[in-house]
Amino acid sequence: MIELQNVSVRFGTRCVLDDISLSLTQRRIGIVGANGSGKSTLARLLNGLLLPTSGRVTVDGFDTAKDGRQVRARIGFVFQNPDNQIVFPVVEEDLAFGLKPLKLPKAEIDARIDAVLARYDMGDYRTHPSHQLSGGQKQLLAISGVLIMEPRCVVFDEPTTLLDLRNRNRVAKAIEALDQQVITVSHDLDLLAGYDRILVVDQGKIAIDDTPQNALPRYVDLMT
Amino acid sequence: MSLANGLYQDRSSPLHRVPAGVKVLALVIVGTVVFLINDWRILLAVLAGVTALYGIARFSPRVLWAQIKPLLWLLAAFFAVQLWLNDWQAGLVVVTRLASVVLFAGLVTLTTRVSVMLAALERAMTPLRVVGVNPEKVGLAFSLVLRFIPVIASVASEVREAQKARGLDRNMIALSVPLIIHTLKMADDVADAIEARSYDPIEKA
Repeated sequence: MIELQNVSVRFGTRCVLDDISLSLTQRRIGIVGANGSGKSTLARLLNGLLLPTSGRVTVDGFDTAKDGRQVRARIGFVFQNPDNQIVFPVVEEDLAFGLKPLKLPKAEIDARIDAVLARYDMGDYRTHPSHQLSGGQKQLLAISGVLIMEPRCVVFDEPTTLLDLRNRNRVAKAIEALDQQVITVSHDLDLLAGYDRILVVDQGKIAIDDTPQNALPRYVDLMT
Repeated sequence: MSLANGLYQDRSSPLHRVPAGVKVLALVIVGTVVFLINDWRILLAVLAGVTALYGIARFSPRVLWAQIKPLLWLLAAFFAVQLWLNDWQAGLVVVTRLASVVLFAGLVTLTTRVSVMLAALERAMTPLRVVGVNPEKVGLAFSLVLRFIPVIASVASEVREAQKARGLDRNMIALSVPLIIHTLKMADDVADAIEARSYDPIEKA
């Protein structure tokens, strides 16, 4: 379980998140908000990419400030721009990169790479240069790079923003099919319509915390 | 893009099976030896030998051409300078030397997976741990260079087009400032992404 206890984040004198307490237990949680509202900051707190200025974030009891490795083993993070997430120039090498610290046998690494590429019908791209993939394929590779670590929760930060409609749909389906808990930051309200819970972040506070049926229309009103 | 063409290409060839460390050592030897030779006929033979290795590695002439094509203007310029200062034989010495090294380096990257190359590099640098060098960090740095050269080239092309649309395509500041800002922002994001993937080279140092 992910818990935030009285979490605040300040950058200098600017308060980006202000005294937030949440328990994130639902299988699908969406986070929406205007640009600069603090929603990406909230997402980055969840796997310790960002530490709170005050308060505490824990994942299954592990504190993000003290137990970064344990937290990141449980929470994967997919960024908006896959180009910034893919570290190695060849697909299979990028997938193997995340497994390096685990010191797994080569056969196990190969099996995991095969499985994750097969899942997205990308087996033919195993030795392909990663920068030559399409936008959708890059995002699927970025997702694969996270899934290969077998996290129990995946946080997506605006995963469909840079994609055309076809690739957006492909990535949306991939997210929908995940067995893991998913927490998605997005402006794409259709992507979040089937979720269990929506958090609307506004001026550093959780302005709305409800089901999509209730939260999304109120969010649209809030933004007009 | 030359770098893209220079990346590993899977084939079943004896050169692909040679260990990465041996290939890198051979590159160092070839790179040194060609600068000790001043006879254009021997250098031409070396160049022919390197070219033949592309055939042994089962690469088509198109792959070979892709390695040398980006350097043609440079080779032509070197040849012209030598022709002007000395004679055509001196021009041929410079051109065959450079082409041999570039083609051999291209062959090493074409026949060696980056991960294998980096593993060899990391192994070779292990003794340097005693003086504080972290081989994993060096390996990651090399990988990032290879990965992000095409990305930055693509960003540069986008910036150039955007500035061209504004009539500023000859303005170096208009071209370089957005590129530098974008690259620095990207470096931050990449650092976050590496951290998010639990990579911690410090632990192993």
